[in-house]
Amino acid sequence: MGIFQRFARLPLKSTYIWSLCPQYSTDLTAVDRALILIQHRYVHSRGLGASPANPGAAPPRLPFSRVTQEVLAFFRTLLPGRTITDPDLLKSSNVDWLKTVEGNSEVLLRPKTTEEVSQILRHCSERNLAVCPQGGNTGLVGGSVPVFDEIILSTSLMNQVITFDNISGILTCQAGCVLENLSNYLEERDFIMPLDLGAKGSCHIGGNVSTNAGGLRLLRYGSLRGTVLGLEVVLADGRILKCLATLRKDNTGYDLKQLFIGSEGTLGVITAVSILCPRKPKAVNVAFLGCSSFQQLLETFQYCRGMLGEILSAFEFLDASCMSLLEKHLKLTNPITESPFYIVIETAGSNATHDEEKLHQFLEEVMTSSLVTDGTVATEATKIKALWSLRERVTEALTHEGYTYKYDISLPVEKIYDLVQDMRGHLGDMAKNVVGYGHVGDGNLHLNITSPSKDPALLAAIEPYVYEWTSEWKGSISAEHGLGLKKRNYIYYSKPSEAVALMGSIKAMLDPKGILNPYKTLPDNIH
Amino acid sequence: MHRSSEVKHVASYLNTRGCECFGQPCESHCPVLTDRTIHVQLKTFIKIRVKPDRTGVVTDGVKHSMNPFCEIAVEEAIKLKEKKLVKEVVAVSCGPQQVQETIRTALAMGADRGIHVEVSGKDYETLGPLQVSKIFAALAKKEQADLIILGKQAIDDDCNQTGQMIAALLDWPQGTFASEMTLEADKMKVVREVDGGLETIKIKLPAVVTADLRLNTPRYATLPNIMKAKKKKIANVKPADLGVDVCSRLEVLKVDEPPQRQAGVKVETVDDLVGKLKEAGRV
Repeated sequence: MGIFQRFARLPLKSTYIWSLCPQYSTDLTAVDRALILIQHRYVHSRGLGASPANPGAAPPRLPFSRVTQEVLAFFRTLLPGRTITDPDLLKSSNVDWLKTVEGNSEVLLRPKTTEEVSQILRHCSERNLAVCPQGGNTGLVGGSVPVFDEIILSTSLMNQVITFDNISGILTCQAGCVLENLSNYLEERDFIMPLDLGAKGSCHIGGNVSTNAGGLRLLRYGSLRGTVLGLEVVLADGRILKCLATLRKDNTGYDLKQLFIGSEGTLGVITAVSILCPRKPKAVNVAFLGCSSFQQLLETFQYCRGMLGEILSAFEFLDASCMSLLEKHLKLTNPITESPFYIVIETAGSNATHDEEKLHQFLEEVMTSSLVTDGTVATEATKIKALWSLRERVTEALTHEGYTYKYDISLPVEKIYDLVQDMRGHLGDMAKNVVGYGHVGDGNLHLNITSPSKDPALLAAIEPYVYEWTSEWKGSISAEHGLGLKKRNYIYYSKPSEAVALMGSIKAMLDPKGILNPYKTLPDNIH
Repeated sequence: MHRSSEVKHVASYLNTRGCECFGQPCESHCPVLTDRTIHVQLKTFIKIRVKPDRTGVVTDGVKHSMNPFCEIAVEEAIKLKEKKLVKEVVAVSCGPQQVQETIRTALAMGADRGIHVEVSGKDYETLGPLQVSKIFAALAKKEQADLIILGKQAIDDDCNQTGQMIAALLDWPQGTFASEMTLEADKMKVVREVDGGLETIKIKLPAVVTADLRLNTPRYATLPNIMKAKKKKIANVKPADLGVDVCSRLEVLKVDEPPQRQAGVKVETVDDLVGKLKEAGRV
């Protein structure tokens, strides 16, 4: 039972040539790579659906049921006034934030309680209706919108904080709470969320957990896999899994929540989260520095680790191309002299004097040793926000350049910028911009390539070259964005086939009918 | 022509009304680099809390920083120096020990030296535009300043009085709400932002100018300058040394929070909306 067999039942013309491609493993030999290239060209010329030429494209629609009047009537009774069928209202939920993928769902449901979610899923499971869970719809891999007519299950009305314990710092809330609202709620109580990302004004915590979002604070507070203490999940058949423990330590049996964290809505719908929140730092400082080479940037990072140690809370970088885009499209000013690389360092601690002393010592050291060519420091809120926006708004600036091809890669830290330079050389004039920025402290590069409009030739030049490059250095082809729709078929570049096969088995066990967020995360063909 | 000039900034008081984009707590009264926290964010700002005894707002443990209009004033002074129109820029602040940090920021931006007028404790809590302007008038005479530039008002009290009072005490001309200032021989051409538009005036030096928002965009203090600023001098002065009595003639009777906004009501349909409007007697 499972995905493979379902594919086997499909008529031949829709069986993917992909299955002819050799098994990808993380160790690609030269022969493998040559073979893959030959296969890609073959498939490309055939112009088939989700092919290596366009592995992000959707496969043909699986044989789920369609939404009937009877089904609508059920939903309307269950969720009066919260069953949306108006195409205008549905439009924004059918398209992703990047405006690169669009589905055509006809129903958007807005439950308020876990019980309602359970009833929805039970009904859909019984009738073999596909469901696309949706939080803030800020995902970057097309995982948050329907591919065809899947029913959109939105958490936007599940936005209540359930409890907050200000001694342990454990917050329990519904999955539809917007991250920024939670941050504001906690700040009033002298705590902060353990994660922070550019999309905070719109993203839901349930979505963050489902995608194991990383963000700007991961360096300091770790990933959601450590900070999430419990989850309440509704399974594909409507069963409610109440694992909303608020305990730091609980070694009783298998840790089921880890399955759902990062599962991108394919194993269950998260309806509530309990998360451990750190205390709000009393002193936050941000330094914005300029470096003349990536090597010096890395050395600065080492100094940072050594001299700032426990107060370091973020270490991000952007390159000169990002800065020129920020200046061009968003009219932001560069606070320091132009440099090839820029670093944003944030420190967060409980004692302002202590932190400033450490920071100034560090800055003096890196300035006198010429690792850093220029920089500025901010200690108060407006300036801090202004400096952070230089890093946070790069994504926004890129959207003004036309079509963006986004790659979120994890690599050994020394190799991060090599990929950017290599891509520049490889693509030459085909690409308008090739920029690199990201969480260099975590070894995570956001490689973005723009062209005035969608360009299949450019795409063919980028992919699978970029993934092969990543695979060669044993990196991850999706560090924090997840696989969603666009990258599902690339999973083999970073995971061995045994692992993917096991993932398939787990999916089959938890969602035998495959109704939860189909066409996402796992490859079309598991082998 | 070279002139020495002192850069001074506006004092600030409690702003219990809270303007729509700045919410801030502190009450450092300093014509110079006034300390107050700037929370210019549409979404996040530090909550201002009224003290339980309702005599003021809580300032303990709240981050203080330079008044944004004063920052613009510092920037303008430094620009004048860069154009070699003035010889020296002196940054002055009145308040407790913490204001030295703000003076250092001005030095890092390019001011040559600083003067810290020490006012602390009870005196600091009641320090207002009148006392500050007296301090400045005394300092201006002592330092033989030719130009005093300060922010038009402090964002915690919005008094908008210090600049004008200094000018009156010294009997100097004033150019307030400046959005442009040009030095022409011994006169200053000032374009002022007024209700009806822009007014251009020419004032003889020595003069007082207060900076408005559009005068310039303050620079970031860069690291090499921050390092250099550590070596610049900040002199310590007491109000008594200047012959100024900082006793306040004002007594704050009480400070209250603005009335709580009532939560809105969400309705599901247009009919509900019309019904609710009718109930409220609005339709």
